[in-house]
This record gives sequence, structure tokens and C-alpha cells, in this order.
Amino acid sequence: MNNLSRRKLIGTGLAATAGAAGLGVAARLAQKYGLVPPDHGGIFGLGETLTYASQRLLTSHSQAREFSPSQVSKPPLANEMAPLPDVFKRLQAGGFADWRLSIDGLVDRPASFSLAQLKSYPSRSHITMIQCEEGWSYIAEWIGVPLHHVLDAVGVQPHARYVVYFSIDKYWWDSIDMADAAHPQTFLAYGMNGDELPVGNGGPLRMRVPRQLGYKNVKFITHLTVTDSLKRFGKGLGSASPESGYAWYAGI
Amino acid sequence: MAELESFGAPLAASASASASASSAPATTIPSRHALLVRVTHWITTLCFLALLVTGVEIVISHPRFYWGETGNVLTTPLFKLHIPSSRALVPSGYGYVLPDQNGWSRYLHFQSAWIVVLTGLLYVLYAFFTGHLRKNLLPTKSDRSLRAFWNAIAKNLRFRRPPAAEAWSYNLLQRLAYLFVIFVLFPLVIWTGLAMSPAFVSEFPVAVNSLGGQQSARTLHFFVSLALVLFLLVHVGMVFLAGFWSRTRAMITGRAATTPFALKKEHP
Repeated sequence: MNNLSRRKLIGTGLAATAGAAGLGVAARLAQKYGLVPPDHGGIFGLGETLTYASQRLLTSHSQAREFSPSQVSKPPLANEMAPLPDVFKRLQAGGFADWRLSIDGLVDRPASFSLAQLKSYPSRSHITMIQCEEGWSYIAEWIGVPLHHVLDAVGVQPHARYVVYFSIDKYWWDSIDMADAAHPQTFLAYGMNGDELPVGNGGPLRMRVPRQLGYKNVKFITHLTVTDSLKRFGKGLGSASPESGYAWYAGI
Repeated sequence: MAELESFGAPLAASASASASASSAPATTIPSRHALLVRVTHWITTLCFLALLVTGVEIVISHPRFYWGETGNVLTTPLFKLHIPSSRALVPSGYGYVLPDQNGWSRYLHFQSAWIVVLTGLLYVLYAFFTGHLRKNLLPTKSDRSLRAFWNAIAKNLRFRRPPAAEAWSYNLLQRLAYLFVIFVLFPLVIWTGLAMSPAFVSEFPVAVNSLGGQQSARTLHFFVSLALVLFLLVHVGMVFLAGFWSRTRAMITGRAATTPFALKKEHP
């Protein structure tokens, strides 16, 4: 072996070691600061982690674009839906008077709210776009109670990292990190365009996360769980979406 | 046996000579394409094909295009593609719905985008700092005129096999095409893509507002992608015209079919 190739070999070895160590440190830091999405495993983990980490760093306090009343889509689109379960139809027949939203997990005061109780909290609204991953979109005025307001009412514990939310359709559940859960535009929405939220758009209660795509905005919310780990929910990928092939984080 | 071996000896001898004696570079044939250019070229190729296939899959779920902020099946499209859709919601005119491929397509689309953007960044830095941009991509001094441009177009329209010297350098139209793809189409496709991301535009609303809205960004993304596909077709067509195997080998191994200096004497 001559000098040149030995030098090259040592150089390459050092660079590889530094690279591997750098990646290791980056992974530890990313984990520590909550920059790794729950569906980071598998062949698409690299792209998913890069997207989530970079958007989290860039957009921690950003506001989704809001529009003027003249830009509201008329009529709003109601997407196709799976048939609703019988329990939903019974509640609908009673004008949703018995609809409950229960909250448990890492909270000081687990609670259950009726729609009337949720509506007694200060009501907020924003005119934002809902964008489907398929490519279509519409703009509507969304009316509801900011999720952070409800979370404050039950007292979220400091080591909480995610809010998991469940639809009355038990196959539909999702989760967001605390950055989105505490975001002022994230609503438990019960109204739309100055009226009740239509069933076709998720009424009586829908999670509204305007900085993410439509499928994170789960309809017919009945239950929230605050947690520090998503491992024990479903297959541990953070929501029902990755279990059917879709990314957990939908900011893009 | 000894005599036979001596036929092949000069090459081997010169190769080992250049390896052991550091002052004999004259015998080595330079690489047609630098290693970094070759590696980034093929990573880009792979990523582009992945982006294209997954992009088509995503479009199939809603093959309608709009202008402005919003668009859906209740609004009038700018135009629509007359293909079947993977969603029952879309009135495609076909009696069937294609299987939904959006999940893995979106995962792969963004992963390929990350890899190709980082690769492209590395390439552009390399091009700026090693002189690759100046030597191989910017038009040569004698070519910096409209007249040279029209001459090059007229020459190209004859569809002749290019002169052998072009195996060692890009002609004017090639240079302009590559510059356009690297510094116009790629940045545009990245921009229009990011302009569709609700989280990205929450921080940088100007990225989408300047394009006229989120649906405009989607439509522009589609057209810029078409322009990139058109470039790919012409590029591969030109490679075939110039000699597919010799040009492809040059981009894989770095070895061209001819040596750079001898060729002019052999083929006047």
C-alpha cells in the first residue's frame, strides 16, 4: 500500500466516523426536541423525518393564512363519507343533546363535556382553507373553541407531548403534537359559515388543524387523550393514517 | 504465452507506471464527466423518475386543475384530464374507480424531493466552486451572440449525428438547455411544490400569494413538471442520436468512446 492510498483510507475512515457520529448526535437531538415523527421507521422514514423536523423548526409560531369573507367557497364541499354508525344516528335524532367529549390521559382533571358546555367557552372563528391531500380545497369560516382553551380547563401535565383524538367512527383517530394542539388556530369546531357545523363537514364536532391537510381534521370527535408517547395507540404510528399508508404529519 | 501477453502489456504497463510514478499523468485519459457530476446525475435521474410516477399517481386522485385559491368538484376547472380517477368523488366519466395509491406516493414523492434537492444543492455548489459552471455550462465566449444561437439551432434541426468533438464538450444549445433546467425549471418546481404546503405557506405566505393562490400553484407545478418531462424526452432522444451506449457509459464510468485529443486527426 503506498502513501497516497493510505492517506486516502485514513481520511475516508475519519470522515465516515465523523459522519456517523454526527448523524447519531443529530438523531439524539431530534428525538430530544420532538422532531421525529411517530412513523419515522421504514423506507420513507428519512423523508418524513426531514419534512416534520424542518417544518416544526420553521413553523413553530406561524399562522395559517386567513381569508376575507368574500373568499368563502359557496357552497362548501362535503366530501364523500363512510356510512355513519348507528350510535351517531341515535345522537343525531336527539339533536346531539347527548353528544359528549371526554378528555383523559396526562391531565389533572379528566372531564366530559356536552356541546352546550363547549359552546359556553369563548367562541372563536377564522376563515381558512381546508386542503385535501388529493388536490381539491375550499375556504370556510370555522367557528369553535380553541383546543388549548379546553386543554387549559382540564390542566395538561408538563410532560405531555401529544393529543390523540378519536372519532365516533372508531376506525378514525389521529394525533397532533403540542405545537399544533396549543396553536391558537387549532379548534374543536362546532360551527361553519355562521351556522351549525353540517354533518357532511364533520358536525357536530370536528378537529380543525388549519396548518395541516384535510385528513388531520377528524370529524365527529368524542374523545381526547393527552399522552407523552404514541406507542400504545394502535400500531404505535401516531394515527390511523399511517396504518393505511398515509403520513402522520400532513403539513405538506 | 509470453509473446501473447506482451500484446496487452503496454496498457497495463502504462497504468501501473502512472500509479507508481506520480509524475506521469500524460498517459492517463481524463474522465469525460467528473465523479461528482456522474453520481449526482444518476441520483437525480432516480429521484426524478420516482417523483414523476408518484406525481402521476397523486394527480389521478383529482385530475382536475383550477386557477386561484380554491377548487373542487363543485367549481369550474381551468381544464381536466380525461382519465379515470382513484376517487369516486370525481366525475371522470368512467364507470370505475382506480385503486388509491396516494399514501405511498406522497411518502415517496417528498422523500425523493428531499434527496434530489440536497443532491442538486451539492451539484450547484460544486459547479460554482470548481469552474464546472464556467467551463462546461456557460456558453463559450465565441458563442455569446444571437448569431451563434441561430446557427446552433439551424445546425441542430438537421438532426445529424454530432461531430466526435462534441463527445468531449457540450454545444451551445445543450448548455442553454442545462442552464435552463438547473436554474429555472428546478427552482420553479420546488417553489410551486412548497407553495402547496399549508405549513410552509403559514410561515412564508408570499410563496403562494405571489403565484395567485394554492390551486394556481398546483396547476403551475403540473406545467413545470411537464416541461421537465419534455426536457427528459429530448435529452434521452439526443443521447440516442449521439450513440446511446458510448454516451451512457461516459456518464456511468467516466470513459468516453474516443480520446479527447487524438480524435480530430482520426476523423477529419
